[in-house]
Amino acid sequence: MTEKLYEISVEVNGVRCEGRVPARLSLVDWLREELRLTGTHVGCEHGVCGACSVLLDGEPVRSCLMYAVQAHGHRVGTVEGLSSAEGALSPLQDAFCEAHGLQCGYCTPGMLIAAQALLDATPHPTEEQIREAIGGNLCRCTGYAQIVEAVLLAAERSR
Amino acid sequence: MKCVKSPAFEYTRPASVEEACALLARHGADAKVIAGGQSLVPMMAMRLVRPSVLVDINEIDALKYLAIEPQEARIGACTRQVTVERDDVLSERIPLLRMALKCVGHVQTRNRGTVGGSLAHADPSAELPLVALVLGARLRLRSASGRRDVQAREFLTGAMSTAVRPDECLEELGWPAWRERRTGAAFMEVSIRHGDFALVAAATQVALDAQARCTRASFGLAGIGATAVAFPELAGRLVGTKIEDALVEEVANAAAKHISPGSDMHASSEYRRHLARVLVARTLRAAREKAASA
Repeated sequence: MTEKLYEISVEVNGVRCEGRVPARLSLVDWLREELRLTGTHVGCEHGVCGACSVLLDGEPVRSCLMYAVQAHGHRVGTVEGLSSAEGALSPLQDAFCEAHGLQCGYCTPGMLIAAQALLDATPHPTEEQIREAIGGNLCRCTGYAQIVEAVLLAAERSR
Repeated sequence: MKCVKSPAFEYTRPASVEEACALLARHGADAKVIAGGQSLVPMMAMRLVRPSVLVDINEIDALKYLAIEPQEARIGACTRQVTVERDDVLSERIPLLRMALKCVGHVQTRNRGTVGGSLAHADPSAELPLVALVLGARLRLRSASGRRDVQAREFLTGAMSTAVRPDECLEELGWPAWRERRTGAAFMEVSIRHGDFALVAAATQVALDAQARCTRASFGLAGIGATAVAFPELAGRLVGTKIEDALVEEVANAAAKHISPGSDMHASSEYRRHLARVLVARTLRAAREKAASA
């Protein structure tokens, strides 16, 4: 039996992307396997680790907890969309480098998405607000202190 | 297709509640409503549930609203948790909702998760079913043959079981607003990490008169059995009193004796009972103080 495919049209990082997907394909797998946007990481695949965070219509969500077909007609932003087309890092990404906000880098795309969403809504957050914003993102290397410092640094620079 | 985790299913995306109900009437128990999917998608990935048809209600705007009326706040079933959490007027009228939502998952899950979804999923440790029980929320169910209203205590029938029939869809939640001027609420929970499932959660609301005597009280616990539990008789003992600390301890002890929580890898039955007693006492005192200063 061949599985039914559904036509989808999603704006990904400002670019209209069309696809034909089985209903059960998760959004993160479509982004990675079909669009080859492998910046979004797959971690736990059941909504616990936050590595797969993307922006859905501007708000951070877990792309492992959505089917690609559900993104039809919506806007999705991934970590690839944070940097410029030429590849220059965003101020937040620069701050992560400078403050040593990553070691292995596995959680980093999700951390960046969560932190960017916070900064978009609250340009000068408190440390508590930063911790709340990344509270759903697990890091197993740095222990979060430097990630928080990186977000504070990016916020400070935008003054 | 590589990478898929869920069993195959047919995807439907109704544009109206009527259309959703028609799909449910046609497919019955083979169909499942998906709202935010924050619990259903992992359950499907683990193949704990295998619906053959998903009815996606995310594009039904008629299920997304928040209407604050004098007697109650009416919230559409597909309203995102974040929308409810951020509403300042609602937080003033029904403070338990924001307090509880702060403990529901994380920003990313609340952006997608819905109020109706939390109730329909009915996890025994979930925060919103507890608040629904403590406040006596009304749940409106809709099917192709009409609407019916169910009270929270009849809605929550067991662990992850509700009174929703296979052909029904949760349409609206009505949260009673207490109109007493001196009303105070408190929500507390203990979890391994903030945002994790609660080991035990407690929600309390009390109203005081001008002399600081309690005129109305309600409290309940989650994480201590198949469903959240409210304690109307124990809460009734507070009415007419000044909710003195000694009475608070007595009521909290009685509540803890009344339950038989389970043991699992995260917490023993004894520890959960201890948390229940402590959290009931703490939320009662906190709610009393809030009401006294209102």
